[in-house]
Amino acid sequence: MADKLNLQLQVWRQDSSEATGEFHYYSMKDVPVDISFLEMLDILNEDLTKDGIMPISFDSDCREGICGTCGFVINGIAHGPEKKTTVCQLHMRHFKDGDTLVIEPFRATPFKIVRDLVVDRSSFDRIIQAGGFISANTGNAPDANSILISKDQVEDAFDSAACIGCGACVASCPNASGALFTSAKISHLSKLPQGKVEASERVTNMVKTMDSEGFGSCSNHAECEAVCPKGISISNIALMRKSLLKSII
Amino acid sequence: MIKSSSAAPEKEIVTSVSKLNGKTPSGDLNDKWSKYKSSIKLVNPANKRKFNVIVVGTGLAGASASATLAELGYNVKTFCIQDTPRRAHSIAAQGGINAAKNYQNDGDSVHRLFIDTIKGGDYRAREANVHRLAEISTSIIDQCVAQGVPFARDYGGLLTNRSFGGAQVSRTFYARGQTGQQLLLGAYSSMMRQAAKKQIDFYPNREMLDLILVDGVARGIVVRNLKTGEIESHTAEAVVLCTGGYGNVYYLSTNGKGSNATAAWRCHQKGALMANPCFAQIHPTCIPASGDFQSKLTLMSESLRNDGRVWVPKSQEDKREPDLIPDSDRDYFLERMYPAYGNLVPRDVGSRAIKRVCDDGLGLEPTGKAVYLDFGSAIDRLGNKNISEKYGNLFDMYQTITGDSPYKKPMKIYPAIHYIMGGLWVDYDLMSNIPGLFVLGEANFSDHGANRLGASALMQGLADGYFVIPYTLGNYLASNSFEPVSQNSEEVKEGVEFAKNKSKSLMNIKGSSTVLELHRELGAVMWDLVGMSRTKESLTEAIEKIPQIKEKFWNDLKIVGDDSNLNKALENAGRLADFIELGELMATDALNREESCGAHFREEYQTEEGEPLRNDGQFDFVAAWEYVPNGNPILHKEDLDYKFVEMTQRNYK
Repeated sequence: MADKLNLQLQVWRQDSSEATGEFHYYSMKDVPVDISFLEMLDILNEDLTKDGIMPISFDSDCREGICGTCGFVINGIAHGPEKKTTVCQLHMRHFKDGDTLVIEPFRATPFKIVRDLVVDRSSFDRIIQAGGFISANTGNAPDANSILISKDQVEDAFDSAACIGCGACVASCPNASGALFTSAKISHLSKLPQGKVEASERVTNMVKTMDSEGFGSCSNHAECEAVCPKGISISNIALMRKSLLKSII
Repeated sequence: MIKSSSAAPEKEIVTSVSKLNGKTPSGDLNDKWSKYKSSIKLVNPANKRKFNVIVVGTGLAGASASATLAELGYNVKTFCIQDTPRRAHSIAAQGGINAAKNYQNDGDSVHRLFIDTIKGGDYRAREANVHRLAEISTSIIDQCVAQGVPFARDYGGLLTNRSFGGAQVSRTFYARGQTGQQLLLGAYSSMMRQAAKKQIDFYPNREMLDLILVDGVARGIVVRNLKTGEIESHTAEAVVLCTGGYGNVYYLSTNGKGSNATAAWRCHQKGALMANPCFAQIHPTCIPASGDFQSKLTLMSESLRNDGRVWVPKSQEDKREPDLIPDSDRDYFLERMYPAYGNLVPRDVGSRAIKRVCDDGLGLEPTGKAVYLDFGSAIDRLGNKNISEKYGNLFDMYQTITGDSPYKKPMKIYPAIHYIMGGLWVDYDLMSNIPGLFVLGEANFSDHGANRLGASALMQGLADGYFVIPYTLGNYLASNSFEPVSQNSEEVKEGVEFAKNKSKSLMNIKGSSTVLELHRELGAVMWDLVGMSRTKESLTEAIEKIPQIKEKFWNDLKIVGDDSNLNKALENAGRLADFIELGELMATDALNREESCGAHFREEYQTEEGEPLRNDGQFDFVAAWEYVPNGNPILHKEDLDYKFVEMTQRNYK
């Protein structure tokens, strides 16, 4: 494998939510294979700055795949070609010399583009506000060991709780559905005894908010599961539907 | 004021005569906090809604404080630089959270957690604060479980624990390797619940640029909307700062890219004292920088050193692949230098040893700043399966980043900046010397002394936010009267003007150096001269070099675009301007502290075995620095008057 890559980048540039965006083309020479994708963009941004061109805006923070800040689409795939990997953990060794990389923001009606690759995902916060919590004021809690939860049950809840709220699921869904994100939180809480008390109200309110925020419906394409960097299963969506149905009947 | 005799000739240190008072309640250590709680003034429920409280930052401290204060009925306004409060860097904490539950029946108690934390901090923390932290620890776990945090459990459904460094009991609660994430999402969900009830107004994408003082009292903040560039002012009866640590002053650290010192530094410039700023923790086992483009460093849990052996080739010329180098040509330098502890020496000792061999030219290619952490003999002894059960997720993470499998090839590791023990000075109430400005979590200096134990950062952030601030803030609000502050007052207008000018002056430099170039330059000086081991010479050199970087910054910085919308380079430039000033203060503090303690290692002050040598008679104080515009900072001292614990030389042998 070559130590250095030459790449053609095709990057979505858009100055603001209102502005019209377009692709800009950049050539990158001698990109080291052991740097991360975001570090490759850091290098490009340094060059652009030197040339007096506005650097490409993209979000990132922890660069360890846990904060959910980063995310965009590379050649049609949210977070790029590696499975269960956020774009900050994607390294250039997974690309070939001479590759053309098309880089676009997460596109969905509820995710307005702020600038270039940065999108507004505040709709996720509003879904959580609708019921993604257990009502337990500080100071009220019983001793932690007074609530028994089997090992399997807590591990199962954890699998749902691992969602990082990046939005790749929405960007990959042909309907721009927020079902994987919403159902992951609903499942996490309803799989635990503490969360069962409010389960019915929670699912009703969260689904209602998800719909009103402009997310589409789930029609079982499972693209969300395929791109999810944390491997959140679409079985969460099935559970959400079951709970919703139960809450209506 | 008097001039201190311990000042270095190059940098005159002026010491304040009056001593700082930490306002620790009187009485027996075990009773202080409960006595305090039952004797403070309270705000009656109907009056709470009349008070506005600003919380800055939404990590564990900020999110838990926001939620709890809102539950009590205060009007809370919460600000964060991220696009949503759920992304604060507390989310990246891996290992766990300590609590003196003694669920394991292994002899743990509040007293033991207190002693371990005081000792781990090398006797440079305030006794009463640490004891309160240990007392509160147990309630944190209860609260988190009630919120739905999926802590690891045993087959019977009870909570399980793991052990961590610096303790002889198992008291660490964990949620896989993502404890910080689960705790933060718990606090965030409580916060969102209050947002839905309109008890919290939250303002994401806001960076605090100034503190509004009215008659010397904190009454509001000025923020920049990072998406629109708009400068906004917000007033309140109190400001609670929860903005985390400043490890990014070193450029490369395990912190998130956005973690910064700006909010704290603006408070410092407005008069808040900065305490023990030089206490920075370095973690020995991080994935090394792969080259010049490295943007951040990733931690590998220190548990790996239970089975991994650290080595470098004996000869600088030996360029063979590691598996082709026979044992006789390898230097297992930790085992050689510290035969009793071997690879399991404490964090600071291990870090310094690794730096030493790399400085001697024995570090691994291509950067020369890496050593092997080799699992070969452990795999031979225990088999791949056993090692995978213990460390599988860490091995996978390592492979994702480096492309190498630790099953086949030894890991390469190097120490990195991880956590900052120093921070804004606070009293027992967690209030800074500015009335009405409270500081919580990593942003304050109070509980970890000169070195923090693993799994204690999460404990402190949540203790401060869930269980300390609701009491101490109420006491403050009930004890004072507040005139309304008009948006048109001089103080507010001044703050807004300051913030606008700051952005403008950064945009107007129009030089040729990028923020990144200058930040790397600062980072290199900080790491080489104010890093793992420090000397009078290195620190003096840093104090010479940092102002040169400052001058270059203000004359040659280049930012493209404008300040009226999203401009990441502008954000980073503002933060770097403050890091540069902070870096100089860290060097000054390190130079002034003529002893070694915890993470602060002055080469001049060590035992024959290379352990840090404290000087309790002269340096058992908190060094709190006052900002002097265009002048040398003034040192204020708070004596650490230990009444309950005897200060002894740390010994982990």
